[in-house]
Amino acid sequence: MSAATSPRVLGHENYLNVSYGVKSWLLTTDHKRIGLLYLASITLYFFLGGAFAVLIRLHLLTPEGALVQAETYNKFFTMHGIIMVFFFLIPSIPAVLGNFLIPLMIGARDLAFPRLNLASWYIFNLGALFTLYAVASGGVDTGWTFYTPYSSLYSNSHVVAAALGIFIAGFSSILTGLNFIVTIHTMRAPGMTWFRLPIFVWAHYATSIIFVLGTPVLAITLGLVALERVFHIGIFNPALGGDPLLFQHLFWFYSHPAVYIMVLPAMGVTTELIATFSRKSLFGYHFVAAASLGIAVIGFLVWGHHMFVAGQSIYAAMVFSILSYLVAIPSAVKVFNWTATLYKGSVSYQTPMLYGMGFIGLFVIGGLTGLFLAALGVDVHVHDTYFVVAHFHYIMVGGAVMGYLGGLHYWWPKISGRLYPEGWAKLAALILFVGFNLTFFPQFILGYLGMPRRYHAYPAEFQVLNVMSSAGASILGVGYLLPMVYLIWSMRYGPIAGPNPWPATGLEWQTPSPPPPENFARTPVVTWEAYDFASRKDLRLAGAGLERLPAEPQD
Amino acid sequence: MPEGRSALVEHFRDLEQQREASSLGMWIFLVTEIMFFGGLFLAYTVGRSGYPAAFGEASRHLDVALGGINTGVLIVSSLTMALAVWASQTGKRKMLLGYLGLTLLLGLTFLTLKGVEYADKFHHHLVPGSAFSFPGAAARPAELFFSLYFAMTGLHALHMVIGVGVLAFLFRQARRGRYTAQYYTPVEMSGLYWHFVDIIWIFLFPLLYLIDRHR
Repeated sequence: MSAATSPRVLGHENYLNVSYGVKSWLLTTDHKRIGLLYLASITLYFFLGGAFAVLIRLHLLTPEGALVQAETYNKFFTMHGIIMVFFFLIPSIPAVLGNFLIPLMIGARDLAFPRLNLASWYIFNLGALFTLYAVASGGVDTGWTFYTPYSSLYSNSHVVAAALGIFIAGFSSILTGLNFIVTIHTMRAPGMTWFRLPIFVWAHYATSIIFVLGTPVLAITLGLVALERVFHIGIFNPALGGDPLLFQHLFWFYSHPAVYIMVLPAMGVTTELIATFSRKSLFGYHFVAAASLGIAVIGFLVWGHHMFVAGQSIYAAMVFSILSYLVAIPSAVKVFNWTATLYKGSVSYQTPMLYGMGFIGLFVIGGLTGLFLAALGVDVHVHDTYFVVAHFHYIMVGGAVMGYLGGLHYWWPKISGRLYPEGWAKLAALILFVGFNLTFFPQFILGYLGMPRRYHAYPAEFQVLNVMSSAGASILGVGYLLPMVYLIWSMRYGPIAGPNPWPATGLEWQTPSPPPPENFARTPVVTWEAYDFASRKDLRLAGAGLERLPAEPQD
Repeated sequence: MPEGRSALVEHFRDLEQQREASSLGMWIFLVTEIMFFGGLFLAYTVGRSGYPAAFGEASRHLDVALGGINTGVLIVSSLTMALAVWASQTGKRKMLLGYLGLTLLLGLTFLTLKGVEYADKFHHHLVPGSAFSFPGAAARPAELFFSLYFAMTGLHALHMVIGVGVLAFLFRQARRGRYTAQYYTPVEMSGLYWHFVDIIWIFLFPLLYLIDRHR
């Protein structure tokens, strides 16, 4: 990392140095800059949501609750959930990495609708402003699920502002999804056939389908809650014969697939990481691609497993239970194919790969405990306990956030043109893994022993596990702060990365880092299959200095 | 969507690719709209299957004549919109302006009549809330019916307002000669939107006004 290898200014014209000033960023239609705008926004919301997590874990240090009144505690976990789900997790990989990478990966100049893309960012932040207003003016106490009739009739908190915020932010998701689908259909470079697309693109295609089909339903549902509070229409009001359970059906029709909005892109990232750092062609490419779509489709048919104890018919519950088990098939296809890709690969454990491996392990735990919850009898026992909390944090934090950070590290050289400090990055990945498991594994046990979620106090015998969880959260917090520091540091002081530092096979690595504003000097023509390390002799040259050779095509 | 001086936006290879993208984007947008209204249609289905008699009775308090006229207005406006798209494709600028203007007027007519209906409901205390009053035993499910009525027709009217705004924009652009036989995508896409909003009404009208008229 001598001064000679890291000059302060990158030579070529790229999307970062083509113009300067606030206006050139706020009015940009370049998908790469919009990706970075999203990165800035969601990082802010992530640390805000994280602050509420800190408050929750501090409060739960003692059995009677160490910090606040029960009402305030309700607001803590609600704001944590709303901000993390709607303003961090859902836009995280799609809006930052997807935005930045999809046009590069398919050899296009930009997304199909660049101005719509910028508009989505503004809409997203407008929605966030409404929600931040709800936070600043006293918070919301309904839980991120907004269950009626509590949210529509009884809650005295700022439900309307929060619901409107999510409603508005939803349109940003819809427009992003629409933009991705159209881009992937119409903007692919010559030779970039559907089955040459990186799995990252397939994953975003599947995610976009959920954006487009699911988000409008959430929008109308929360819209009706807001209308019910403001104009006293009563579609969910049991006093008028309205149906509060209808709200749960509509809500989960979106919010269960929303889990796949979070995890499918992370699976896409993981696929890239596993293939690149195994130097091997992806095992069963077609199955992995199809599994993305399979998860998206089946994911729409399982929402009722959130309502096993809400009084739905036992026959409906059985069908939803079976369908929920079916999701395990495409998920397992992915896990087995990743494992088979690793087998006999030349595996190197660089930071992104650590996240990739972490994703697989944590996703397996999160996924298998999901099957516990999909089983009717077991669910009655663990429903609304910390078991559920632990399960979905393994998927959302262990899965989606690990995937997001892995992707951020992997493509950071492309985004910034510079390498992050490898030692610090490995340390951060390790801290995150340890902190994460220490935070959430005890919650499985707590839940199984019967500690209900969303309670501000608990019996004294649960304290040891709760203290462990809080201790883990503080480690996790350090793990999240570290990358923020060294990634920003590396933007100025990191060594120059070159176009293809790993090396990897995707089109995004065929253009300089950071890419020029128009992405490619001339439209690339694709003549190779995805992840074809064996026959891409050009990569040896691109990876000079890293001294890792592609695997011999022996199998 | 519509571009000023040159029709081709620089990140597309050619006009064909650009048209394909716009068209696919619009169709996907309409799918999201179907899901958006779908939530309401589901709520209606649940409500009506729970209280078929009360929904029928409440439905009789809607003005079927005004609703019927409005249905006619919208169907005619779909025809004029289709003709506007045809005029733009064949480069007939005067006709394009005429049909766009006619569609816009029909849209405004619909909204005016809808406003008359809303005012009438307000006078008869059929707007959900504390002032709601409904004769007979089925007052509560009737309030549910009117909740759905206002949510569904209100959301539809909001789409009409947006549609009228789009038409006004198209009209202005067409007067400046922005649309030619080579570049008419915005007119075509707006046409799809307008037809979609009409179709929603075609479902709303029988579900809200006609369910109990056979007796």
